[in-house]
Amino acid sequence: MEILDSHIDTGSADFKANKEAMLNVVKEWRERVDLVKQGGGSDATKKHKARGKMTARERIEALVDGGTAFLEFSTLAAWDMYEGQAPGAGVVTGIGVIHGTECVIVANDATVKGGTYFPMTVKKHLRAQEIAMENALPCIYLVDSGGAFLPMQADVFPDRDHFGRIFYNQARMSAAGIPQISVVMGSCTAGGAYVPAMSDENVIVKENGTIFLGGPPLVRAATGEIVDAQELGGAQVHCETSGVTDHFAEDDQHAVEITRSIVAHLNRKKTVTMNILPTEEPLFDSQEIYGVIPKDSRVPFDVREIIARLVDGSRFHEFKALYGKTLVTGFAHIWGMPVGIIANNGVLFSESAQKAAHFIELCEQREVPLIFLQNITGFMVGKKYENEGIAKHGAKMVMAVSNAHVPKFTVVIGGSYGAGNYGMCGRAYQPRQLWMWPNAKISVMGGEQAANVLLTVKMDQLAAKGQMMSAEEQAEFKRPTLEKYEHESSSYYSSARLWDDGIIDPADTRRVLALGISASLNKSWGEKSQGVFRM
Amino acid sequence: MAKLIKKFSRIAIANRGEVAVRIIKACEELGIETVLLHSEVDINSRAYRMATKTVCIGPAPTAESYLNIQANIDGALGAGAQAIHPGFGFLSENADFAEAVEKAGLTFIGPSAEAIRSLGDKVHCKELAKKAGLPLVPGYQGENQAVNNLIQEAERIGYPVIVKAAAGGGGRGMKLIKSSAEAAELIESAQREAQSAFGSPKVFLEKYLDRAKHIEFQIFGDSTGHVVHFFDRECSVQRRHQKIIEEATSPSLTDELRRKMGEAACAIATLGKYKGAGTVEFLLQDGEFYLLEVNTRLQVEHPVTEEVLGVDLVKMQILTAQGEFLHDPTHVRIPRGHSIECRIYAENPFMGGVPSTGLLGHVEWPEGPGRRYEYGFDSGDTITPFYDPMIAKVIVWDENRPRAIQKMIRVLKDSVVFGVHTNIPYLIEILSHKEFVMGTMTTRFIETYFADPIKEPEMTDVEKKIAAEAMVQLRGGAKATGGVTPVTNSPWASFWRGI
Repeated sequence: MEILDSHIDTGSADFKANKEAMLNVVKEWRERVDLVKQGGGSDATKKHKARGKMTARERIEALVDGGTAFLEFSTLAAWDMYEGQAPGAGVVTGIGVIHGTECVIVANDATVKGGTYFPMTVKKHLRAQEIAMENALPCIYLVDSGGAFLPMQADVFPDRDHFGRIFYNQARMSAAGIPQISVVMGSCTAGGAYVPAMSDENVIVKENGTIFLGGPPLVRAATGEIVDAQELGGAQVHCETSGVTDHFAEDDQHAVEITRSIVAHLNRKKTVTMNILPTEEPLFDSQEIYGVIPKDSRVPFDVREIIARLVDGSRFHEFKALYGKTLVTGFAHIWGMPVGIIANNGVLFSESAQKAAHFIELCEQREVPLIFLQNITGFMVGKKYENEGIAKHGAKMVMAVSNAHVPKFTVVIGGSYGAGNYGMCGRAYQPRQLWMWPNAKISVMGGEQAANVLLTVKMDQLAAKGQMMSAEEQAEFKRPTLEKYEHESSSYYSSARLWDDGIIDPADTRRVLALGISASLNKSWGEKSQGVFRM
Repeated sequence: MAKLIKKFSRIAIANRGEVAVRIIKACEELGIETVLLHSEVDINSRAYRMATKTVCIGPAPTAESYLNIQANIDGALGAGAQAIHPGFGFLSENADFAEAVEKAGLTFIGPSAEAIRSLGDKVHCKELAKKAGLPLVPGYQGENQAVNNLIQEAERIGYPVIVKAAAGGGGRGMKLIKSSAEAAELIESAQREAQSAFGSPKVFLEKYLDRAKHIEFQIFGDSTGHVVHFFDRECSVQRRHQKIIEEATSPSLTDELRRKMGEAACAIATLGKYKGAGTVEFLLQDGEFYLLEVNTRLQVEHPVTEEVLGVDLVKMQILTAQGEFLHDPTHVRIPRGHSIECRIYAENPFMGGVPSTGLLGHVEWPEGPGRRYEYGFDSGDTITPFYDPMIAKVIVWDENRPRAIQKMIRVLKDSVVFGVHTNIPYLIEILSHKEFVMGTMTTRFIETYFADPIKEPEMTDVEKKIAAEAMVQLRGGAKATGGVTPVTNSPWASFWRGI
């Protein structure tokens, strides 16, 4: 297989300047992640621990196999939302390995507003379940939550993708043979009681764990009955009398050990086989990606420089290198697993779109997972292109992407604008995972273009009345649009709202993709129904 | 007057932890059997395993076991002991207990009930001190315990003023009043704590010395009541009035001051007809010393005195109680070298010292010359939340103070305590502090320099990797199920928390 050569001079001033700029962006992201990982802060954590509880992250660390990776989702969910009340949306989710089995873990963080559900908490919980469903991964719920965040109940409770969907998903997954396991380590009140109640096998922690539809104050108000929390729904009651839970744990650590034992007996095996080769590191240091990405996002770069730093041995079998050159397609391996890569190298033309559709068909036929490296301003516009039917060529790409049965993984490495987002497997096209680099931008079009479109419309209206705008007036007219786009297109704005599964360090891209692909081998991908159409 | 010598063949120990072990060892050396009077939870301890006999005297709460006078006496009698050693803390300074022990026909290893009453009660002690001509910190020790009266007295003394339990020790029920605004609240709270901790709400007031050193003299009265002192210790490193690091002898005393204070200590003890081991505590500020209190028992920090003098205070206590110990006037004791003791507590130094209880994993104390360990628990024992969280005392001796400090730091770094957090990192930082090294620390040292919890050091990548690998070993390796992806090739098979 062809080895990608790098043409980057890592000693050049440009490289150093780019690297410094990207390091600053990554550093800012790391700081924000570190902040969010503190959950509700040191006071809340101290109180939490005073009850003998481990934090959500400590519980996960104890639960997963020692010396393994944990793929966390949406760490920055709810970032800069809800007046900063809900770091990480009050829940930690991700894929971890327990006794060698990949599992989705959903851990409430009770140091954040008692682990109550904000709208983004619900979205994050549902997204974790969706990942579990798509990949047939057992779900472990580490429950420690007061239920819905009542001041926002209208945005949490009633709709299809609100609180009730959690239990619907549990029921559907259980039916589909995906184990549902709850570990009750704090309160599970009202709706929250259904998380364990709807699970296949449950653990509950002595004293701290409680499950009831109505807590002692509600019971007293409703029926006059006076009862304490333990009598109402403590570990002993549920293990000995009600049968809502199955295993009695002395403390968090004990609960974690029981849960590990449950997973050890799930009898999971991977159903997708592929020809996995021994892993090889890329020939070029993945940290060099920092210097490859230009600090000015308008400056073009060769995306092969990125691919060379992602794939095993920097080996890349490029497909149709001479056709539709603004899109790079080809086969490679990541962590020994075969992948097909589709990466932007400029604006999309009709040829690039057809090449993409053709290449996706190849991956379909060969059962090779697809990786999209997005850096796209959109499809080419203009009379020539519309007349040659770029809309229908673009549609072929969107059609192929939408119906691909192999797992898809998307990484936004630069811009993600307009219909380019669709063709390159944006969120709506259901990639198994979608990650953003911290420098990435996402919006319907660039701020400058949007402002210019609005300005042109406005000037046309004025011209009809025989009026004109001065240069200053034009700039002033554009300013609010530019500011709005700048704010709303940032990776943080996206990650906060779960338009993606998280922001990652560009240098970790290879590993993150490998973890995602490995997880996708747990559920059969289905079958392709057509042969390969030559576009 | 000749006193009859009564040899003990069996001694009961009304205590737990490391001091119980200390007493058992002294008894073993004297050929005396031991009876450990223990609570239900203390069966996983060294003392329980070492004692000749053990008697359970009640459940975990101290009021129902270690503080229960009748249960202790019944236990000792039932097991055939002739004497009771109370250790320190618990009933060691309880005159009623000493009296009840003697009434039951047993010997109390310690001073007489009368001596405990006159010296141990802080108010009576201060009256005695006045008679003996000892300088006292300005204060109020009167019987009028009305809050209004106490506030008036506090105003007279002048703030800052300390309020403390008359019957207490070890800092329980002790409060610092900085201004009249908070006087009423703090006095009432001190009275409540005194009531719950010592059974009496009586408190007294005294002026707070803001740059004082804590200096104490070990005294010892022999079987005839002849009192000598065994020199001084400094215990200025205190947190919330609880000693953390003690040393002998004090780096702060001139020969002249040492002589004067030693004489004062002997004078008050002689007046109190003192027998056995005791401690006279002073505050020293600007070259002036004031009597703080007298502790009518063995001290936690007694080993540093033993190290610099080459004596065994516990054996001396037992021999005195047998009526056969006499000071030899021809034997001049001179302190040699320097000794430091650190108290190892099961607490989390990175979270402001919150107790950290649980199962002790691997525990190892690094042996070497001039190192001594007094501990009550081994690997596999449980540190329960019912009692003081001290798990061990580390004592070092060396030729001089700087070397002793150096040795202590090394010893602490080499000590291994798994399973619970300990204050060892905190102790190392204190021992390395300039003020401590120079020996100029005062009782406000901790609140001045260590008010905030110390920062938890970041684990290095190497440490993280080793921890992760240890975890793998502990759990029998990360096994893949399907067998589709070989383990070595799996992207999951290495520690990563990059997001």
